[in-house]
Amino acid sequence: MHPAPSVIFFTVFSGLGFGFLAWLGIGIPAPQGWAAFPYFFVAFAMAVGGLIASTFHLGNPKNAIKAFSQWRTSWLSREAVLAVLTLSIMGIFAAANIFLGISMPPLGIIGSVLALITVYTTSMMYAQLKTVPRWNHWTTSLLFILLALGGGAILASHSLGTILFIGLAAITQLYVWDAGDKRFGKRGHTMETATGLGSIGKVRMYEPPHSGTNYLLSEMVYVIARKHAIKLRIIAFVLAYVAPMVLAMTSGPGFNLYIVALIAHIIGILAQRWLFFAEAEHVVGLYYGKR
Amino acid sequence: MTQLPETTAKKLGLVIDLDTCVGCHACVISCKGWNTENYGAPLSDVDAYGADPHGTFLNRVHSFEVQPDTGGCAQTVHFPKSCLHCEDAPCVTVCPTGASYKRSEDGIVLVNEDDCIGCGLCAWACPYGARELDQLAGVMKKCTLCVDRIYNENLPEVDRIPSCVRTCPAGARHFGDFADPDSNVSKLVEMRGGMDLMPEQGTKPENKYLPPRPKDTLAGVSADAPILTPVTDSPKGFLGWLDKALEAL
Repeated sequence: MHPAPSVIFFTVFSGLGFGFLAWLGIGIPAPQGWAAFPYFFVAFAMAVGGLIASTFHLGNPKNAIKAFSQWRTSWLSREAVLAVLTLSIMGIFAAANIFLGISMPPLGIIGSVLALITVYTTSMMYAQLKTVPRWNHWTTSLLFILLALGGGAILASHSLGTILFIGLAAITQLYVWDAGDKRFGKRGHTMETATGLGSIGKVRMYEPPHSGTNYLLSEMVYVIARKHAIKLRIIAFVLAYVAPMVLAMTSGPGFNLYIVALIAHIIGILAQRWLFFAEAEHVVGLYYGKR
Repeated sequence: MTQLPETTAKKLGLVIDLDTCVGCHACVISCKGWNTENYGAPLSDVDAYGADPHGTFLNRVHSFEVQPDTGGCAQTVHFPKSCLHCEDAPCVTVCPTGASYKRSEDGIVLVNEDDCIGCGLCAWACPYGARELDQLAGVMKKCTLCVDRIYNENLPEVDRIPSCVRTCPAGARHFGDFADPDSNVSKLVEMRGGMDLMPEQGTKPENKYLPPRPKDTLAGVSADAPILTPVTDSPKGFLGWLDKALEAL
């Protein structure tokens, strides 16, 4: 799949933003009055910024309002609805904190649950696709949620939360990479099943349908730079998981190096998300003799 | 509405005969022509006269080579591919705006371009590469089964079939109603063992493909044997003398 920068930014930053909102909702940390402003500002800027970035990959964004209508079947629509709902609830929670100095814990808890459900709906846009076996698994969603909680914990400068959730995410990540590498083969999608010609024998591409490229090839059969995958996995793993955990363990209960941990985590997750798309193979590639 | 209809009154679709298709791409061109001049945004081309031309097509002809398990020559199979109008269309349910829908009256899967935001998720959900985002219009394009031809009373009756079917010079494409067991397409599927593409995806396509018939094999003769065998091993007369003279050289 084509690793579009807009979608990478969207998933990384909205994940972090909603993850941070989930922590703020349960009062970790619990700043009051104007001191709370920078916390909520960062969380909202990331969540909303990510959502705005996602609109850059739309071909026809003028109809975007209609994306709230199909929540019965569409995970993208559900995501739009839940994102707005979460931001509204947390907006009220934040405004009450900042302007009135009133803390409303029940509202915050509802907001933080909704924030995590929003991250889940984001993950399901990918995990639902049978056409991309690497993504089509519940661990895709688990990793998105653990990363939101882990990234949120770094933003909340909560060292125990960082160690716990980044640690769980790291274990999940190793499984996701390993199992993901094998899943296309396991599902049994081949050029023979794609063409139905397997009953005769082995199929190979003789001539592609067009001499140039097309939308399908540039969007779904992205094979550029996969050769760096192993190096990028190591970079992503060290920066996104190992560095924040080591910093959280060594910098004491105050987690005073959380800014360094955050920068490492964000760079690592950008690399991880680039790989998430670039390594994902769509079954349509079989019609072109590619994966 | 992106909920799929439980049943559709008709199941309109195509049968594509892989035995008959000669790979001429006439269906590709007639499809592009009809769907550029008629319903919806035209199928655009980018850099059409430049070094790297590419564009939107609703139908494309792939060509494959199959090496039979039983030995013998490889078979070339021309393979036209367009929307299969799946019964369980994954492209429809993922649509966030309701632009994609499957019609309950005839099962045709369509895109309402006025609602489409061009997010591309439906193209991701389709295993067959049947949907292409038009690079100029920014909306999703797909086969409409020529919905603006098949019910069009302004056209002569003979033309009220999809453009690709009307054009095919080999008669490799057939249009009909799979819900009717006596229709031309149902009979073809029955007789020739019509098959689904990538059935393991669970999409239940309406369109069916007829597999190529097995090729004849020459009994007792290998494919690379000399075609002409010597008429006689021991020629007589002048030829006998010539044979001996040449042997002696």
